[in-house]
Amino acid sequence: MAPDGTPDLKVVGTRPIRPDGVDKVTGRAQFGADFQLPGQLVGKVLRSPHAHARIRSIDTSKAEAIPGVKAVMTAADLPEITSEEAFVGEGPADFKDMSDNTMARRKTLYDGHAVAAVAATSAAAADAAIAVDYEVLPHVIDVEDAMVEGAPVLHDDMFTSGLDPKPTTPSNVAKRMVFELGDVDAAFEKADIVIERKYKTAPVHQGYIEPHACVAQYAADGQVQIYCSSQGQFMVRAYVAKLLGIDISEIRVTPLEIGGGFGGKTLVYLEPLAVVLSRKSGRPVKMAMTREEVFRGSGPTSGGTVWVKIGAKRDGTIVAGDSVLKFQAGAYAGSPVGPGCMTAFAVYDLQDVRITGYDVVTNRPKVAAYRAPGAPISNFGVESAVDELAHKLGMDPVELRLKNAAKKGTKAAYGPTFGDIGCVETLEAVKDHPNYKVPLGPNQGRGVAAGFWFNIGGESSATVNINEDGTAVVATGNPDIGGSRASMAMMAAEVLGIDVERVRPIVADTSSVGYCFLTGGSRVTFATGMAVVEASKSVVNELKARAAKTWDIPVDAVEWQDGEAIPAGSNAGDFEPLSLEDLAAKSGRTGGPIAATSSLNAQGAGPGFGTHLVDVEVDRETGHVKVLRYLATQDAGRAIHPSYVEGQIQGGAVQGIGWALNEEYIYDDKGRLENPGFLDYRIPVASDLPMIDTVVIEVPNPRHPYGARGVGEVPIVPPMAAMANAIQDAIGIRLTELPMSPPKVRKAVDEQAAAEE
Amino acid sequence: MAKHHISTTINGEPVEFLCNTEQTMLDVLRDELHLTGTKEGCATGDCGACSITVDGRLVCSCLMLGVEAEGHAIQTIEGMADGDQLHPLQQKFLEYAALQCGICTPGFLVASRALLERNPNPTEEEARYWLAGNLCRCTGYDKIIRAVLDTAADMRGVS
Repeated sequence: MAPDGTPDLKVVGTRPIRPDGVDKVTGRAQFGADFQLPGQLVGKVLRSPHAHARIRSIDTSKAEAIPGVKAVMTAADLPEITSEEAFVGEGPADFKDMSDNTMARRKTLYDGHAVAAVAATSAAAADAAIAVDYEVLPHVIDVEDAMVEGAPVLHDDMFTSGLDPKPTTPSNVAKRMVFELGDVDAAFEKADIVIERKYKTAPVHQGYIEPHACVAQYAADGQVQIYCSSQGQFMVRAYVAKLLGIDISEIRVTPLEIGGGFGGKTLVYLEPLAVVLSRKSGRPVKMAMTREEVFRGSGPTSGGTVWVKIGAKRDGTIVAGDSVLKFQAGAYAGSPVGPGCMTAFAVYDLQDVRITGYDVVTNRPKVAAYRAPGAPISNFGVESAVDELAHKLGMDPVELRLKNAAKKGTKAAYGPTFGDIGCVETLEAVKDHPNYKVPLGPNQGRGVAAGFWFNIGGESSATVNINEDGTAVVATGNPDIGGSRASMAMMAAEVLGIDVERVRPIVADTSSVGYCFLTGGSRVTFATGMAVVEASKSVVNELKARAAKTWDIPVDAVEWQDGEAIPAGSNAGDFEPLSLEDLAAKSGRTGGPIAATSSLNAQGAGPGFGTHLVDVEVDRETGHVKVLRYLATQDAGRAIHPSYVEGQIQGGAVQGIGWALNEEYIYDDKGRLENPGFLDYRIPVASDLPMIDTVVIEVPNPRHPYGARGVGEVPIVPPMAAMANAIQDAIGIRLTELPMSPPKVRKAVDEQAAAEE
Repeated sequence: MAKHHISTTINGEPVEFLCNTEQTMLDVLRDELHLTGTKEGCATGDCGACSITVDGRLVCSCLMLGVEAEGHAIQTIEGMADGDQLHPLQQKFLEYAALQCGICTPGFLVASRALLERNPNPTEEEARYWLAGNLCRCTGYDKIIRAVLDTAADMRGVS
């Protein structure tokens, strides 16, 4: 044991080469679009060119007559299902809406909404002419426009929930919610300084480089095989079963490698269509989105408005916080406004706080999860306002945060009281970092912001099989989106006491391993890792039993150490150690193969905190913002593979930089998306960025065997406010609307100059 | 219309294939030759996931027609390792954890090799600008740039 009581670890905390690495650097790894079956057809989707339209009729007869076209489908081929809540991992959804989003039934609700699909022997034939007669309806894109009385209403059965009395007329506001702690109005009376401001963010896409793709095969006996890239093969199985009315036992989903998801692949778009087309054609059907389809037809995260009011004493004690969040959900209810509310003030220890949220539908693609869904939006408002407060108080922004930071025992506005958390440690780490003291030049500025994400646990299964030669296979059911095979193998190797190279981790199909909730919520290393550790411990117990049997001594007289069974002490007897190899080789004679499975519902995911510090330089002439330095500190609990923890932090930070500076959807006056490609929807490229410095803090999560917390989501929370605060520091202008793109920065500079004249 | 018969060289091997006029080199590689290591991220030349070299020149294979391969020497990710000997860039990408999901990795490796063939001693800024045509959404580029610069140093014999 180490002096602090944590066990000495041999594998956890090291940086081995990932087990799937060679496949991925040689081009051998099979991603969604790389898989094929003999005789497969090409499936393509026809999408609505209108933001809002009634479908009068669809004529598929011409398409069906084209040689090479083997099947055509519309929403009429999907069962009508009733409203039922589905949990998609990081936000609620409704199966009825999900079905309607998969293929429009009566109305199309956004530019890009699927209306029909074709399977054909060639891509050219699949572009078959299907005649759709649309009645174009008035549309609404902006969240606040959608809330105005008289706005075009998307769903005539949507009556705002959470209002008393319940409204009698339909609107675009699906839900209102309030989270409240203490007496906010009274608390503001105690404030010496109050900051009140409204902020706005743009919807942004996850921007995974791999478009959605799948192959489906429906056999005459009703058995369905699906091969696809997703954030959860069990999620795909459950949703396809529900949307098509098929028993789960009839469906087997084989996960292919996933080329990025960030939350965007926690639902199904193509899979149900491919299954229907395969059923109708009798052949396997492959479907892949184009990049344009990814932008027009799959879900980004919400844009929203964030009104924030905070009050503080002159000594910097924040006494009250109040916020109103209006999030656009896209075409169907279910924005991440709930977690947006819950995380808004979570980095602060406040007794009196209130957050009100609105979930609003607009004629845009239905939003999907995106890394810490909702949190970056509310954080942009709150952390910008806290920065403004620091200026007013004349306080260092890190000191102000330290003075008010959440710590063990802080009760969060959304309910729980925090246990062991590392919020303060991440702030201290920023203060201690050399970046905090680098002198700045003209038009350069420094910004800081802190962020929070819950992290989740949930249902996971793992199977550990010991091979005849003493090597091991670890099977889990979570797609490896950023190195989780490595961490699963490392945790198994740690328990078994063997080299990590002797453990082969696999991501198994839905019929080959127990249920695993999807890869999301920063849960895999925590929850599935816990299942791996439990299964590995069961294997060790079995190995000890086999040694006890061999030596003919009681099992509690056997210890497992460094991959060997040894007698527990001199009283136990004098026996040569039995290695894992020895025991595996003899397993046939001592009771049969050695294997164990663990299925559990992991509780106690440790909340994650991070603080980001950025230096920028603003070009007053072009409005361009250059990132000079970037530092992200984060509590990882325990970094199982530190390189991939750093990688998660760096990647999240850079997605946040894109969100801050460039990314947005541009619509024309008819509600059609004008920038559905990477040229005009500009994500950060290598030349936009400096190195991303990281400091990984380790405040162990007591609920995980090695102390791990999820790390994937926290790093996208603070960047937008940190960037806005740095720009403010550089040019003295508070930007309140994302993205802070060159035209907007230049306009603000011009307005400042005009005001000074 | 009849398909075109194309004779070319891919990863040092003579290859013949048939393609339609409108088929891109990316489609030919993936759909006709089953060399699926070259990825499609956008099909509009914006993401670099389909990077290959043609006579040593770095191109997006989605912006090249299959018929244009006639008589040229194509290199793809599948030809980068020498049997089970990884190219130094491949090895370094693994050591640096310069990939997370891995979809952009083949394109980055092909583009990085093209950089080091031209410029064995790139500055960080030169590497960042050369690789600005390759999008990665997972890593924030930090570990990729470090892997490329460290490979360059190794290949120059600097430790």
